[in-house]
Amino acid sequence: MIRDNFKVLVIDLSTRKGDVVKMEGRNTEAGGSGLAAKLFQKYGHTDKPWDDPLQPLIFTIGPLTGYFPLMSKTVYAFKSPYHNQYTESHAGGRSALSLRFADYDGIVITGKASSPSCIYVGSRHLEVKDVHYLWGTDIQTSGKVLRKMFKGAGHRSILRIGPAGENRSAMACVNVDTYRHFGRLGGGGAMGAKNLKAVVIQGDVSFASPPDKRYPKLFQEVYKLLTSTEMMSKYHNLGTAGNVAVLNDLKALPWRNLKQTSDAEVTGITGEKFAEDALLRNVACSGCPVGCIHIGFVREKFMEENHYLYRQVSYDHEPIFATGSMLGVTSNFDVLGIIDAVEKMGLDVMSAGGALAWATEAFEKGMITESDTLIPLAFGDSEAYKVAVRHLGMGTNEFYRALGLGTLQAAKRYGGEDFACVLGQEMAGYATGEVFFTSQSLGFRHSHLDAAGYSYDQRKNERDTGKVVEFLIRDEQERVFLTSMVACLFARGVYTKELLAECLRSVGYVELAGNIESVSNNIQKLRWQVRLKTGFDPSKVRIPKRFYEVKNWHGPIDKDFFDELRRRYQEAILRLAQEDIIP
Amino acid sequence: MTYYILVHLLYLVQQARVCYIIKLNYELLKGIPVEILTAPRMERCIGCHSCSLACARLVHKRLSWDEAGIRIHTSGGLSTGFEAKTCLACNPAPCAAVCPTGAFSQRKGGGVVVRKRLCIRCGECAKACPVDAVYLDPSQEPFVCIHCGRCVSFCPHDCLEMVASPGGQVNEGVEKEVKNDTG
Repeated sequence: MIRDNFKVLVIDLSTRKGDVVKMEGRNTEAGGSGLAAKLFQKYGHTDKPWDDPLQPLIFTIGPLTGYFPLMSKTVYAFKSPYHNQYTESHAGGRSALSLRFADYDGIVITGKASSPSCIYVGSRHLEVKDVHYLWGTDIQTSGKVLRKMFKGAGHRSILRIGPAGENRSAMACVNVDTYRHFGRLGGGGAMGAKNLKAVVIQGDVSFASPPDKRYPKLFQEVYKLLTSTEMMSKYHNLGTAGNVAVLNDLKALPWRNLKQTSDAEVTGITGEKFAEDALLRNVACSGCPVGCIHIGFVREKFMEENHYLYRQVSYDHEPIFATGSMLGVTSNFDVLGIIDAVEKMGLDVMSAGGALAWATEAFEKGMITESDTLIPLAFGDSEAYKVAVRHLGMGTNEFYRALGLGTLQAAKRYGGEDFACVLGQEMAGYATGEVFFTSQSLGFRHSHLDAAGYSYDQRKNERDTGKVVEFLIRDEQERVFLTSMVACLFARGVYTKELLAECLRSVGYVELAGNIESVSNNIQKLRWQVRLKTGFDPSKVRIPKRFYEVKNWHGPIDKDFFDELRRRYQEAILRLAQEDIIP
Repeated sequence: MTYYILVHLLYLVQQARVCYIIKLNYELLKGIPVEILTAPRMERCIGCHSCSLACARLVHKRLSWDEAGIRIHTSGGLSTGFEAKTCLACNPAPCAAVCPTGAFSQRKGGGVVVRKRLCIRCGECAKACPVDAVYLDPSQEPFVCIHCGRCVSFCPHDCLEMVASPGGQVNEGVEKEVKNDTG
């Protein structure tokens, strides 16, 4: 609903009651990322640990959610089990439209449930339900039960955690509607610490369409841009999986714990190969006609005489890199098998893949043994990885529990910090060079989507650190406005600042439309201020030696340039966070 | 050629009749088949809800995935694929038969003509529909497909199609009042 204030549902799991709160700030924090930071300022505790029951879990949408195509994402903000600092994770599925049609701009969850519980929320409904019988179930099983328990098939979103989240793993994700995830930095563990197995959001109310006659016309224009032009074809054709071959050709695809950046065996795991053999169909997030979610399948013979079962598994570039090239697995169906195992446990696939790649090298070097890993690990052995993924999710022994806290944490204890491929968290699938390594290691979410560092490495060979830092800060600012709307970042080429202003005006947010530059600048500062207050010190971010050993199409990493770039970006972040928010 | 252009223009006028009560001279549409909305390729559906959102936005002036003549659901999870809940153009239409006020009346070629101003929110239409195609909002206001076809172009995978009504009905060449006042 179009309104100048925010309508936020604050749920206390300890009392199992909720409170509807109205907050000012539409014209200053906008929604999404901005609203989440504002809500953390109000409900978060910078001085308390991530698993303190008082810490909030925050879900927010933006002013354009549901009103325009690809405004289809939700921001999940929390204090992370991974680094005990404030962070965000983003996901689509049906979460954003469900929240829109539940008529909330945000949901804040505080307290801790006395027993495993599920929140069921709609526009006229709030229930905190005991679901102790779901504790211990994997993502697939809990999904099936929850779908039967609550009505609204197709017009609801089911967020749930698996065993990894229940075990408070810092690598646990929150699964969203089976094929999407609040993946990174342990959002699943933050839910598990609250005894919260699931959140079901039912989108069950409707609103009057904006009265401005420009609105339907503008919608049509934006829709056409997003569906009729070539701009989005890479996302619905091969999908991001198309990057696998491209990066391998560039010698920029991390292989075998980043010991290599290219391998001829890539042919078994390219986007083209997946499309040819394993692609069942595409699906979309609600409100997005692009359909970038690629669904493959695993088929297992579970009994003699040709008894098979099959499961559907979504894939993208990142999961293929994390469970394929990074682990030396070169068959597309083996990759899907590992992704499937990761999904069941409710782990973040990039973190799990990165962690097991380090564990494999540590195993090779004799730093850890089978008594730690419980199964011999070797690059390419997909069956062993499926078993290891289960141990990682379940936290079976001390080694896997340590690894679940983050690869660097485990490396500090067992050795092998030099080859822990961690850039703030386990690396994303781009060995493109100094700009990307800087961007992920120091970026707000430690995500490849914080800024287009990987793309900058590919497009330019800029050695002027000042110019690169300017780009990273500027790009982050533009993205933070998009994630405050909350747009899918795949649409960033379509939603220019001018188009966003038109969209906001057409639905009635005239003041916000006129101040995009200053609002995005303020939100960027606000997010950094909150992050720094929870303990982030950019000068303490260390880069493992392995990253300095990378060789790609540019040649070897330029250590001096890399270190200078990191230093200047650290300074820029600190400067930004110290600037006043300008009203 | 002029004839075809004229027919096409009148067809567009016919498609855009929603929310207006206007008088048209249908003489030139004489013989043109009456069409109905069908969803013959739902196995292609990606679940984007663009059709529902378009219907709500353009026909009913709403932001909604419920208050629309076509609604997309799963059969219990995204892995099962999607189904469209929409009017199958019954002829005779049981929803029209039970409507006590004439708010729903039989549409030529199947489905119903809706006159919202006559609706008393009794909800009988939704009960009578064999395929759950009539959505009742919390005030019992009914939403059903009027076979205008405005959702079709918003489907990115061509799941939807306007086809000639199975009975082969054609437009009559008489002046008539168009009363699909669904807004």
